[in-house]
Amino acid sequence: MGRRPGARATQVRGGVLAMRIKVDTEKCEGHNRCFVVAAELFELDDSGYAHEVGDGKVPAGLEEKARLAVTNCPEQAISIDEDD
Amino acid sequence: MATEPAKTHTEPVEDWATDYDIFDAGYVKDPFPTWDELREKCPVAHTERWGGSWMPTTYEDLRKIAADVEIFSSRNPLVATVGEPAEINPEMEERAAAGAPPISSDPPVHTWSRALLLPKFSIKEVSGYEDETRELCRSLIDGFIDKGRADAAADYAQQIPSRVIAGMLGIPQERAGEFTEWVRGFLEYGLTNVDVRSGAAMQILSFLNEQIQERKANPGDDLISYLLQAKADGAPDPIPEPHVLGTCFLLLVAGIDTTWSSIGSAMWHLAQNPDDCKRLIDEPELITSAVEELLRAYSPVTMAREVTRDAQYNGCPMKENDKILMNFPAANRDPEKFENPDEVILDRKINPHIAFGVGIHRCAGSNLARMEMRVAIEEWLKRIPEFRLEDPEAVTWAGGQVRGPRKCAVVF
Repeated sequence: MGRRPGARATQVRGGVLAMRIKVDTEKCEGHNRCFVVAAELFELDDSGYAHEVGDGKVPAGLEEKARLAVTNCPEQAISIDEDD
Repeated sequence: MATEPAKTHTEPVEDWATDYDIFDAGYVKDPFPTWDELREKCPVAHTERWGGSWMPTTYEDLRKIAADVEIFSSRNPLVATVGEPAEINPEMEERAAAGAPPISSDPPVHTWSRALLLPKFSIKEVSGYEDETRELCRSLIDGFIDKGRADAAADYAQQIPSRVIAGMLGIPQERAGEFTEWVRGFLEYGLTNVDVRSGAAMQILSFLNEQIQERKANPGDDLISYLLQAKADGAPDPIPEPHVLGTCFLLLVAGIDTTWSSIGSAMWHLAQNPDDCKRLIDEPELITSAVEELLRAYSPVTMAREVTRDAQYNGCPMKENDKILMNFPAANRDPEKFENPDEVILDRKINPHIAFGVGIHRCAGSNLARMEMRVAIEEWLKRIPEFRLEDPEAVTWAGGQVRGPRKCAVVF
């Protein structure tokens, strides 16, 4: 526990924290858990495979939802990049 | 095939690590302590019973085995092999040759047969069946609410998925009771009796074959008609009829026992946990995570894999054609992965459960099952907010590869 699959170490160098998410489409098997916990951040194709919305940039205030999407994915298909 | 007769004896189990019996009455009723013991002592257990199999019990092992589709084939997802059936109708055998794709197939057939199905089971498509599911739940409750008691498994849970999938396939819902019995014959009573199993399979296949012929003459907007004209990359065009039959067989068989078991287990849990009922009534938005948590804690389904070549796995000498019991339910109680795994926490935040499997065979109907569970719980609690088990000792469970309550009398 306490481990976040795919999450890299957070590096804050005095700037505004920017978070970016990415779905590894090779790993996604369409469980749809990310979409259900964070519909603002993911979209599904007709077959239910997920993709991050736009360029994956997480709007301020949605960071927690992004982390929940990562930790609830049974395929460990979502990664987070956090930097300033 | 094994040359020696499969070991199916009913002697009590002394060592679960080397001689487990998934049909043992005590295990069917309460398998959780056994899984805890195995995870500690021997995380991949083995038995010679029921034709022999290996049983992984940790989250990581289940994930790894599911991911290795080359060594661990899905060509036969049922585990117990107890001889050959006495009689097979040759015509139906030929028709049934495609198996039940995609669950019983490996890539490349798996890839296109799954691609055909998935668009019909998306969140959006499935939401189209929500209103009628709600209506169905209400009418079932109407049937018993004045009596002050009901069998939450037989009168409620069991009645829902058969009618929903019948509606999707365009099959008359009045026949739901009939094909529920066939499916039980195949997955439940037939799991330890090959004659019962093949007899049930033949009934399902003959029935579906009639439906397919009827749909060819009169196409509708149902799933059978869709499959008869569906296209997907890599798929033959048109889809061969035995394949359509096999997929319809899967939809009927996989869509009934499994969801009925999860709804039943959810009702069994709620009947004993009035605080959880109250919480769901006071905080209805919790239903989404509650459904995931109930799926995790009472995962019904254990599929099987077959080893394609001799291989060592975690020190276990696996041989070609050995069976692996994919114990997803045990993985979902693994304390290495889930905090307080034996507690049902309706708002559990971190819950990457694999009740629907993991990897390329992730249950294609998962969104449908979730919708049915959510609606079944919501409608029940609206009308029956307080209820309890009539007699906890009288609850009966089905086990083997689909676990759930079969008799679960409640009073309110």
